[in-house]
Amino acid sequence: MLTYIIRRLLYAIPIIIGVNVLTAVLFFYVNTPEDMARKILGEKNVTPAAIENWKQDHGYNLPTFVNTKEEGVQKITQTIFFQKSVPLLWLDFGKSDRNNIDISREIRTRMWASLAISLPMIVAGLIIINLFLAMMLAYYRATYIDIWGLVLAVVLMSVSTLFYIIGGQFILGKLLKLFPISGYDTGLDSFKFLVLPVVIGIAASIGSGVRFYRTVFLEEINKDYVRTARAKGLTEGKVLFKHAMKNAMIPVLTNVVVSIPFLFYGSLILETFFAIPGLGNFTIDAIQSQDFAIVRSMVYLGSILYIAGLILTDISYTLVDPRVRFE
Amino acid sequence: MLNKKFTGGAVKGRSVARALSLLALAAVLFISGCTPNDPYRSTERGGNIFYTTFLEPPKHLDPARAYSSDEYDFIGQIYEPLLQYHYLKRPYALVPLTAEEVPEPAYYGRDGKVLPANAPASVVDRAVYEIKVRKGIMYQQHPAFAKGPDGGALYAALTPKDLGDIKGIRDFPAKGTKELTSDDFIYQIMRLADPRVESPVLSIIEKYVTGLKEYSEALRKDLDAIRAERKKAAGFSYNQSVDEKMRPITLDYWKHRLPGVEKVDDHTFRIILKTKYPQFTYWLAMPFFAPVPREAAEFYNQGLLSDMNITLDRFPVGTGPYMMDTNNPNMEIVLVKNPNFHYEEYPSEGEPEDSQNGLLKYAGSKLPFIEKIVFKLEKEAIPRWNKFLQGYYDNSGITSDSFDQAVSIGSAGRPELTESMEEKGIRLLTSVRPSTFYSGFNMLDDVVGGYSPEKQKLRQAISIALEYEEFIEIFSNGRGLSANSPLPPGIFGYKEGREGINPYVYDWDEKRNRPVRKSIEYARKLMAEAGYPGGRDKTGRPLVITFDNPWTGADSTPMINWYIKKFALLGIQLENRTTDYNRFQEKMFSGNFQFFSWGWNADYPDPENFFFLLAGSNGKVKFQGENAANYSNAEFDRLFKEMENMENGPARQKVIDEMVAIARQDAPWVWGYHPVAFTLAHGWIENLKPNSMANNTMKYMRLATSERQARRDEWNRPNYWPIAAVVVIIIIGSLPAIITMRKKRGLGKK
Repeated sequence: MLTYIIRRLLYAIPIIIGVNVLTAVLFFYVNTPEDMARKILGEKNVTPAAIENWKQDHGYNLPTFVNTKEEGVQKITQTIFFQKSVPLLWLDFGKSDRNNIDISREIRTRMWASLAISLPMIVAGLIIINLFLAMMLAYYRATYIDIWGLVLAVVLMSVSTLFYIIGGQFILGKLLKLFPISGYDTGLDSFKFLVLPVVIGIAASIGSGVRFYRTVFLEEINKDYVRTARAKGLTEGKVLFKHAMKNAMIPVLTNVVVSIPFLFYGSLILETFFAIPGLGNFTIDAIQSQDFAIVRSMVYLGSILYIAGLILTDISYTLVDPRVRFE
Repeated sequence: MLNKKFTGGAVKGRSVARALSLLALAAVLFISGCTPNDPYRSTERGGNIFYTTFLEPPKHLDPARAYSSDEYDFIGQIYEPLLQYHYLKRPYALVPLTAEEVPEPAYYGRDGKVLPANAPASVVDRAVYEIKVRKGIMYQQHPAFAKGPDGGALYAALTPKDLGDIKGIRDFPAKGTKELTSDDFIYQIMRLADPRVESPVLSIIEKYVTGLKEYSEALRKDLDAIRAERKKAAGFSYNQSVDEKMRPITLDYWKHRLPGVEKVDDHTFRIILKTKYPQFTYWLAMPFFAPVPREAAEFYNQGLLSDMNITLDRFPVGTGPYMMDTNNPNMEIVLVKNPNFHYEEYPSEGEPEDSQNGLLKYAGSKLPFIEKIVFKLEKEAIPRWNKFLQGYYDNSGITSDSFDQAVSIGSAGRPELTESMEEKGIRLLTSVRPSTFYSGFNMLDDVVGGYSPEKQKLRQAISIALEYEEFIEIFSNGRGLSANSPLPPGIFGYKEGREGINPYVYDWDEKRNRPVRKSIEYARKLMAEAGYPGGRDKTGRPLVITFDNPWTGADSTPMINWYIKKFALLGIQLENRTTDYNRFQEKMFSGNFQFFSWGWNADYPDPENFFFLLAGSNGKVKFQGENAANYSNAEFDRLFKEMENMENGPARQKVIDEMVAIARQDAPWVWGYHPVAFTLAHGWIENLKPNSMANNTMKYMRLATSERQARRDEWNRPNYWPIAAVVVIIIIGSLPAIITMRKKRGLGKK
């Protein structure tokens, strides 16, 4: 297993470098360092001298990939790409271009807010509610409960997340006055702010989640071993919850484990509407303000987390299916 | 084995049951709270705290860098420049803040002799502002001022061990203060020249302050030399960002002489300008000239602190009425009353109506009134607006979405609050902002530019067709005044009524006593005289004009369509060229455009700060200035030179009138409109008067906190019954499923 993990980690290196190169190419294809300077310095009194000064102080006065003015290895090291990307390898994200904040510290601070909202959403929503409801529908398959449940799921998944957010804020926050409409706090005080976005986040995911898991369960309950279990005289509940569920875990795990790394990223829309200071908000702000330092860091972090998620998924298969082996 | 599992399961079951009980208890306690939607901590209930919002995290809180009103909302309460705007008087008047008096410049000729105040700029060799700083003003408590046993700065060279559990400024065990001196003002002016500070006004200030440009260049050379040295020492692995992150460079500001600033004594200093520049007094009221103590700058210039995001750009150090308590720009920024704040009284003079509006009720009272100011980050308009209506924010702007809910146009054509707002005791405050939103022509362009009568007529015709009264109604809910010149109301030189109209666009209606826009037929006639009858040129082809803009918002498409429609009235085909802001800027700098739209917010309330947008010496293409239309009229420029150095008075008004007349005839801009700010405030806020120039107005505000609490409780009584109803519906809806399940299991038969 260890050899397998090491091999997968080694495979990840060229992927991460490739992601970095691609990010830099795409970013600088769309934006020149002059564009960044102009955007960041504001609208008033942005002289060419001020732009040049900004570039020098933020290390953007160098060529992007090859510095022909330097000798030897410095042709590569004295470039924007090398200077900005190499420290990422040891997770030194540097300072933001927009306001010089330390990005690593900002990520460490903000990730808790993202986790606070996305963790309950994934645990309570994805795993408990969606799985439970999907099993219920599978249990009552081909009955009016299944049919109407499915219709409701389709309706729920057809509604925009924005509608859930605005509707939830309006009904639960404004009309019924049960929760703060938006906001965030630290520690235990965060509880009252998290209920509404988490409930809305769960409600928004029920439709698609239930449909997906129902399909998985239905596929499973038509297999031979289920028929054998029924023939053995087991109750439908036991067949479904004890036997079929175990075997349906591979697609479920694929779905859940891959989404775990993105817990840190949080939910972009929910965070913005509920004024939750998470990483989703951070990334959106950086894109809007053309802060390459943050965009680069978040893309890099995202690629690492995605690779980690895929490795975790592979490992988790061995836990639920003894037939799966690392080779 | 089985038993063990069973026992373990039972224990786990009990733990789960206990956890669920606790959760239920917490939920009951939460539900039983009188206002569960209260976004603030219970300890803040009834507190003398002002709650407001900010729309995006401030970029800079360093007074040498901050240059937007969003940033001034914070630093205006913390830093104190030499002067401030009188809170109540109009037109805006400067009064001393940390200076003893508003300085009067002394002018000197080339022979060194003193010149009179009205001496023309051409004979002035230097202007000297001798400024006396008020004695006894102390800084807020701050670790930068903490002294060690040897009398030196205690936290000058921090190590990881020193920092220990310190996570923010509040955590430093030792703090100190010091008296405000002239050194702090001089230090800040030197900082403006530091290339790493990236002050946005350096390019302007260095035109006036003697030797500032050379001083800045010398600092740049020093910085480059240090970096070159470090690069040489590090070899190929040199990485400027990584290197300076932990080893910030300290520049020696005293290595070079800055002749434009002289210290006289601890409470007196001089600023020497190389020319006459009466507007400089306004600069002394801006945060760029607020004092920054050297101790604070050196304290923050430590890699370890910067690594923790503890910088001068985030944690200001000032003498103002408030000081930074919490800076979490992603969530909230909290200012608390500065216990070291010097004595300042609420003004006892204002406009005639101020007294009857209750604005002089607290005249002579000690400032500030409010203990704490909480700014909450609210990017989205809907939650921001709803929380204002619930009483959780004390004031609010009005977005287009909520405009109809808040404001209606009364029978007299004036905006009035709707009934629902009045029932809540909300007040509407309006003020014309010192800004202008305009459309312009590229005067360098062969088609729309030029100064011949035909070209003038073409632009005048377009000016008539672009009916900005309609634009304001459609896109700004009527919140604007159509412009007749670059000058908005409240700025010296602005004229109202008949005298103030642009005769090339409006006629005066004697009966209704108001301006009436010239007809579109008249505009078409002008088009014909310009060589474009029916909007077609001599060859019969339609006149095509390109419209460059960086508009991307929700309103952008209807706005662009509005322009296209209005140009079409003259037979002109307007070709839209929307790009992102950077491309737009590039086009503006290169002159690759014909027609554009832009705006300007004044830095200070002087006509010079508007007319310079049309000065030839500020042309964007030739001089990278702010004259985006590249307008250049020799007579206008001559008058501008004359006007900018004049004191307000009839002579200056005469020159302004001449300039306005020239600009109206040339029509390099379609004058557009001056936005009117609409602000809503709850009735429990006292002493509220809009002041578009002052940044430090929060010290004047007062709260009736018990009234606020009573209103909040009244407006936020929760409704639980719909939740109970939903639970009942779910239970009833589940019954068939349960019955079916029991039947399937065969239990139903029993």
